[in-house]
Amino acid sequence: MKKFLIALLFAPIMALASGGNVHLDKWPGSVSDKAAVQNGAKLFVNYCLNCHGASYMRYKNLIDLGLTEQQVKDNLMFTSDKIGGLMAVAARADEQKLWFGATPPDLTIIARARGDAGAPKAGADWLYTYLRSFYRDANRPTGWNNVIFENVGMPHVLYGLQGQQVLNHETHKLELAVPGQLAPAEFDKAVSDLVGFMVWMGEPQQEFRKTLGIFVLAFLALLFVVAYALKKEYWKDIH
Amino acid sequence: MAGGTYEKYKSDGSLGGNLLEWVDARFPATSMWKGHLSEYYAPKNFNFWYFFGSLALLVLVIQIVTGIFLVMHYKPDAALNANGVPVAFASVEYIMRDVPGGWIIRYMHSTGASAFFIVVYMHMFRGLIYGSYRKPRELTWLFGVGIFLVLMGEAFFGYLLPWGQMSYWGAQVIVNLFSAIPVVGSDLSLIIRGDFVVGDATLNRFFSFHVIAFPLVLLGLVAAHVLALHETGSNNPDGIDIKEKKDEHGIPLDGIPFHPYYTVKDIVGVVVFLMVFSAVLFFAPEGGGYFLETPNFYPADPLKTPPHIAPVWYFTPFYSILRAMVWNFFGLDAKFWGVVAMGASVVIFAFLPWLDRSPVRSIRYRGPITKVMITIFVICFFILGYLGTLSPSPMGELVSQVCTVFYFGFFLGMPWWSRMDKFKPVPDRVTMK
Repeated sequence: MKKFLIALLFAPIMALASGGNVHLDKWPGSVSDKAAVQNGAKLFVNYCLNCHGASYMRYKNLIDLGLTEQQVKDNLMFTSDKIGGLMAVAARADEQKLWFGATPPDLTIIARARGDAGAPKAGADWLYTYLRSFYRDANRPTGWNNVIFENVGMPHVLYGLQGQQVLNHETHKLELAVPGQLAPAEFDKAVSDLVGFMVWMGEPQQEFRKTLGIFVLAFLALLFVVAYALKKEYWKDIH
Repeated sequence: MAGGTYEKYKSDGSLGGNLLEWVDARFPATSMWKGHLSEYYAPKNFNFWYFFGSLALLVLVIQIVTGIFLVMHYKPDAALNANGVPVAFASVEYIMRDVPGGWIIRYMHSTGASAFFIVVYMHMFRGLIYGSYRKPRELTWLFGVGIFLVLMGEAFFGYLLPWGQMSYWGAQVIVNLFSAIPVVGSDLSLIIRGDFVVGDATLNRFFSFHVIAFPLVLLGLVAAHVLALHETGSNNPDGIDIKEKKDEHGIPLDGIPFHPYYTVKDIVGVVVFLMVFSAVLFFAPEGGGYFLETPNFYPADPLKTPPHIAPVWYFTPFYSILRAMVWNFFGLDAKFWGVVAMGASVVIFAFLPWLDRSPVRSIRYRGPITKVMITIFVICFFILGYLGTLSPSPMGELVSQVCTVFYFGFFLGMPWWSRMDKFKPVPDRVTMK
């Protein structure tokens, strides 16, 4: 299993030479895994929320992840002291544009925005691949480049966890040159959790929506039986 | 039918009876109820295709009611908020997250938009195969075409409001089309936008059109559509006039009162429709990325053009026809001819009552030519729709040109092919299949 996960890390991360058409690794997580999503929330506020906002999201909504208000306040709130506050960044958009060349996009619904026509859920795969595809590039101002997002303005903020990858220009594959704090499989799990949080945050009520949907459809199925019987009764004389 | 044709209600002495008599003396309550429902005689042989009229009315009500609640929280403001996000875009996410039940209302409205077009396309197809537009129902059909046009405008204006990338650039592309019109074009597109680019002024006027002007016109046309229908009576899958065979009371032999027969039948249709609608709403609200396009989850950015701008699926057949025109004629730009072809492809439906020269209405009694032509037309419509979602390509362009020729050939050739067909004898009375 471990071998498989390691293979997963290295093998598919490549851009086709022509560019544009890239292979995405399937995001292995699930939003119903609440522990994973909680871990993702922790990673998100520690690594992402410094530059990227999640400004449609309120801290109090994190309680829906199975946390108490106190747990949210103690562990996840660094940019606000109001539980009802939005998960915004302190840095101003125009300043950030000056620093990075582009304003870091708001991440609240990034998992939905990165989907495709015909595959709206593919956004999770994109994020899962993207966050694991950074490599060292001396030609970039940040020192980092990304296989599936060429010349991206964002540096590899998770490099402490992953270590440093380099791009082998002959095989077009990424190789781990300097190991990080986490083993490759552990890092994949961490990124998967982080993506899980972003998928959850894209629509926090998505699981409730599906549960409610089952009840609605069950009700409509019952109503259909009644409506059909009513129609049959009224129409029995029409030939 | 309404107003005076039916006897006014005479009270039976009860309180309710007295009240109804009082109202009836002042307002055509009983005669409207009878004329449009309890004594409106509809053919008894309606089939599957006849559900979509009442379903369109249901979707209209869904859109209006959900729209009322959305407007309570939505803000048509293109300015950036403190977090650098356009206020309009943020207000939609506010509805999705902070407004209690807001997500379900918003998904009902966004799914409803697509459902509206599905239902209306089915309704139009019904008219096409059973010849519902033929004399004496030309005005019903014309009001219907008017509804379709207004609905397209309504959908187009509404799509800008979330102020996402696809909203913004879709509007930019479509409004720019008007600038292809010679002489007045650039002024016209300026008037529509209210600015030199799509901006806050555009957002505000589209909001006004979407929530006030177009719904008002739509409701008026729907009323006219139903009134005209109830004047002539409904067509049916056999395409024969039930009013020609009446009993001694003047009631069509093959007619049954709309209420209760079709009200109870339509309830079944409504429940089935709601099951499909709910399946999308609760389990795939993005509609596979076609009802809610994924680039629209990015806020509008006037400085960043998306790599591929595709209209929402219900516009793509007509968009393909627009793109199929690549030739400059008479010194006018191909874009202008594209606009002309796109406009013509929609408006041409209005001429169907006069293009169809078949001696019978329904496809049931028409021969192979009609069946082949309608099949080709539907296939071309689907192919054009599919191609409209893709980026332009040489192959796609060629295919869309061929399909455009078939599309217009279907209509323009109809006076000839509709007459040439072999016809079967039409029965005297409707058949229950």
